Amino acid sequence: MKRAFPILAVITAALLVYAFYEAIWVAPMERTMGDVQRIFYYHVPSAWTAFLLFTVNLVASVIYLIWRNAKADALAVVSAEVGVVFCTVVLVTGPIWARPVWGIWWTWDVRLTTTLVLWLIYVSYLVLRRFSDSSQTPKLAAVLAIFGALDVPLVYFSIWFFRTQHPQPVIGGGGSIDPRMFHVLLINWLAFSCFAFLVCWSRYRLEWLHREVEEAQAIESLHGDVLPAPQVSIPLSNASKPAGS
Amino acid sequence: MSSLRSITLATLTKDIRLEWRSKDALNAMLFFSLLVVVIFSFSFDPNAEESRQIAGGLIWVAFLFAAVVALNQTWARELRNQVLDAYRVSPAPPTALFLAKALGNFILVSLLEGLMGPLFIIFYNLRALGPAWQLIPVALLGTWALVVNGTFFAAMSLRTRSREIMLPLLLFPISIPAVQSMVEATRIILAGDGSARFWIVLLLTYDVVFTTACLALFETVLQAE
Repeated sequence: MKRAFPILAVITAALLVYAFYEAIWVAPMERTMGDVQRIFYYHVPSAWTAFLLFTVNLVASVIYLIWRNAKADALAVVSAEVGVVFCTVVLVTGPIWARPVWGIWWTWDVRLTTTLVLWLIYVSYLVLRRFSDSSQTPKLAAVLAIFGALDVPLVYFSIWFFRTQHPQPVIGGGGSIDPRMFHVLLINWLAFSCFAFLVCWSRYRLEWLHREVEEAQAIESLHGDVLPAPQVSIPLSNASKPAGS
Repeated sequence: MSSLRSITLATLTKDIRLEWRSKDALNAMLFFSLLVVVIFSFSFDPNAEESRQIAGGLIWVAFLFAAVVALNQTWARELRNQVLDAYRVSPAPPTALFLAKALGNFILVSLLEGLMGPLFIIFYNLRALGPAWQLIPVALLGTWALVVNGTFFAAMSLRTRSREIMLPLLLFPISIPAVQSMVEATRIILAGDGSARFWIVLLLTYDVVFTTACLALFETVLQAE
C-alpha cells in the first residue's frame, strides 16, 4: 500500500501532463468560440468529479448511519472536502468561460444554480463539522448529508420551472460534439479522477492519523487524571515500609 | 398512537403556556420583522406595481429571519435543568417531542404572519390582482416548510459551538427551494400573472419530503450527545 501511493502519484502527474497537452494542442479549435472553449476540458471533468465525490459522501453517510462504521465517516469527510474544492473549480471556470461566450458572468440557469446550491449545502456541511467537536459530529453530519441529497432534486425542479417560464441563455451541451473533443474530455476526466483519488487518499490517511493522535491523547489525559491518586499513596506506603521493616 | 398524541399535546400546551407568559420570542420576532419592513421600505421606495413584484421576496425574507429568532429558542429552554436528558431517557417517543416543538413554532410564526401581514399591506399599498385566497395555503405550507427543518436543525446545532449562528448556516441552504416557491407563488398571486399551482405543489412536496425525513432521523439527532 505504501509503495502504491508514489506510483499512483507518478501516473497521475503523467496523465495530467498528457491531458493538458491534449486539451491545449491536440483538441480541435471550436469554430465559434475559439480557444476559450478549451476551458471545457477543465470545467466538465471537475464537475463530474465533484458530483462523483458528493455521491460517495452520501453513500458513506448512509453507511455510517446504519453500521456506525468509523471508516465510512472518515470517507465522508474526505469526499465532502475534496468535492467542495472541485465544485469551486467548476463555479470559477464557468463564469470565465461564460463572460466571452454569453457576454455575462453568471445567469440563474438550472445547472448553474443547482451546482451553486449544492456547493452551499456542502460548505454548510463542512462548517457543521468544524463547529461541532463532540464525538457525535459524524452522526449529525451524516444526517445533514441526507437532507442535502433530498434537497437537490427540489432545487433542480424549482429552477427548471422558473427558468423555462423565463427564457434565458442555454448551455449548448445537448448538441453533438466532435469525437476528438470527446476523446480529450475523457482523458481529462480520467486524469482529474486520478488526481481526486490521490488527494482523497492522502487526506484520508491524514484524517485517520489525526483521529489516532486524538484517541492517544484522550487515553493519555485519562491516565493523567487517574495517576495522581496512586502517586500520592505510593510514597506513603514506601515511607511506611522502612518504618515497618 | 394515543400516547403519541397525548405527549405531543402535553408538550405543545406546556410550550405555548410558557411562551404566553413570557412572550419573549413573539415580541422579539414582531419587533425584528417590523424593523425589516421599515428598513426595506427605505432602501427600495417602490411604486404600487414594483411593490407587487418585490413584496413576496420582502415578506418571506423578513419572516425567515424572524423565524430564526424563535427557532433558536426552541431547545435552549430544555437545556436548563437537564430537561432534554430527561426526555432522552424517558420512554416517550422522540417523534412526539419533535412534533410538539415543530407545531409550537408553527403556531408562533403563523401568529407573527397574521400580525405582520396587514402591516405589510398598509406599508406597501398591496392589493392582490390574482386569487388572494391562495395566499393562505402558500403561507401555511411555506411556514411549515421553514419551521419543520428549522426545528430539526435547531436540535442539531445544540451540540455545536456558537449554536445561534449555526442554525441559519444549516437552515438557509436547505430552505432555498422552499423560499423560492413561497416568493414566486406570492409574486404570481399579487401580480396576477399566471397560476401559482406549480409552486404550491412544490411546497407541498418539500413539506412531505422533509417532514418524513425529520421524523425518521430525529431520534438519531436527539440521542446524539
